[in-house]
Amino acid sequence: MMNWFNNLSPTSQFVLFSALKVVPAVLVMLFIVAYIVLVERRLCAFIQDRVGPNRAGPLGLLQPMADAVKAFLKEDFMPAHVRPVYYWLAPALVMIPSLLTLAVIPFGSQLGSQKMVVADLNVGILYTFGIVSLGVYGIVLAGYAANSKYPFMGGIRASAQMISYEVAMGLSVIPLFLLVGDLNLSTVIGDQTHGLFSWLVFRQPLAFAIFLCAAFAETNRTPFDLPEAEQELAGGYNVEYSSMKFALFFMGEYANMIAASAMMVTLFFGGWTLPFFGLDQPAATVLGGLVHIGIFLAKLLVLLVLFIWVRWMWPRFRYDQLMNLGWKGLVPLALANIVVTATWLWLKS
Amino acid sequence: MHTGFLLLALLTLASAGAAMCLRNLVHCALCVAISFVSLAALFLTLDAEFVGFAQILVYVGAVAILIVIAILLTRDISGHGQSLVFKPWTLGVGVGALVAGSLVSAVTSSAFTHRELPPAPAATVRQLGESLMTTYVVPLEIIGLLLTAALLGAVLLARRENEGGGRS
Repeated sequence: MMNWFNNLSPTSQFVLFSALKVVPAVLVMLFIVAYIVLVERRLCAFIQDRVGPNRAGPLGLLQPMADAVKAFLKEDFMPAHVRPVYYWLAPALVMIPSLLTLAVIPFGSQLGSQKMVVADLNVGILYTFGIVSLGVYGIVLAGYAANSKYPFMGGIRASAQMISYEVAMGLSVIPLFLLVGDLNLSTVIGDQTHGLFSWLVFRQPLAFAIFLCAAFAETNRTPFDLPEAEQELAGGYNVEYSSMKFALFFMGEYANMIAASAMMVTLFFGGWTLPFFGLDQPAATVLGGLVHIGIFLAKLLVLLVLFIWVRWMWPRFRYDQLMNLGWKGLVPLALANIVVTATWLWLKS
Repeated sequence: MHTGFLLLALLTLASAGAAMCLRNLVHCALCVAISFVSLAALFLTLDAEFVGFAQILVYVGAVAILIVIAILLTRDISGHGQSLVFKPWTLGVGVGALVAGSLVSAVTSSAFTHRELPPAPAATVRQLGESLMTTYVVPLEIIGLLLTAALLGAVLLARRENEGGGRS
């Protein structure tokens, strides 16, 4: 076995190890997508003093499987008035960016000699923002493909909202990189290993607040879920979709939440590190590496529950309020934050 | 020549051509987006990660999608009825050939083509930022001024339209 492995060329070894990291990472992500839906349904039920889905399996734990079977077995109906090519393309375009974002997130320190990140890019953050900005295409095309009023409104709303908040989101992280001095996400995590208060959420609380707001808007979650406001748009850009195509939109929303949470864990909460028991250094043993992955997933889950909690506690914004908050509130704040941070760093040096 | 480069170049040119020739404006805008993406891929094959991802972020994620939205918001996007060919077509081809010829001659006659290729430097973002802020600070500021002027112009246009409607 080892002989066979050592005989491989470096390229084949790289491809093999990358595949070994990509496949489990995507599978874990899809698993979380399936179960975060269940968590959302149970949590919102408790918030509204209901029980929620509890019949499929113990505590309703098999509910995601029942949902998946239902999504696959339903009739895949395509209305006669849609534009077929875009109609088929849009659900895939919604799902792909959130899966691609995963590539640069360091989800653990190392297992053996392998770093637990699929692609340790030097421009990691730029990659993430570039890929995230592609997510809007799926939604706009879904609105256009449906060729009817409500989905079109949803698509237009989504695109305006996502482009606006992308600006705020991009500006909000610049102070972080002024402090860290590098765009590589592993370096960003390395900079947060000097005790709890070196986590960037404590050094840049304003940047975190802006990023969090923008993340809610980018993922189309309440209080910014205008594009799929049921009461106004009968569901928004996904109205004309059924069966597995609808399920892809649904999964895409949760996959986007996971990607946004993973970004926040990496940028603001120290990634896979914990400031106790020497857990902030790269793991020497396999067990240590697994613990680091566990820490990352735990932080991720906390943020995901925050997303769900906010959704069922807050009412929706009006559209003009949304735009005012984005352009007149968050963008100037983020700009001011950049200037203040830069001035402070300049005075200090 | 590399197969990858050929494929990407072909995709860039084909989608750019389609963007000019298709009748439905939404298709055209999406072809522009594809052309931008394959241009970004070309940058990536040259190991220019920063430029490649900046291309995706700015051109695909912002510029192209704004064009798509602007087109979706206009009423008649099917473009039926009008001919796509500008009537004195020799004029268009002539202007195009003039611009392309002057660009090509400028590039081929510049000192860059005669110089030995230096080993590709692994340009970090820090180096890029430093040279933008020192060597190339004047072009940067000029672009900033230009964009600000464009922004003010857009605001002015939007305002005047609103007042002309007599609503405010």
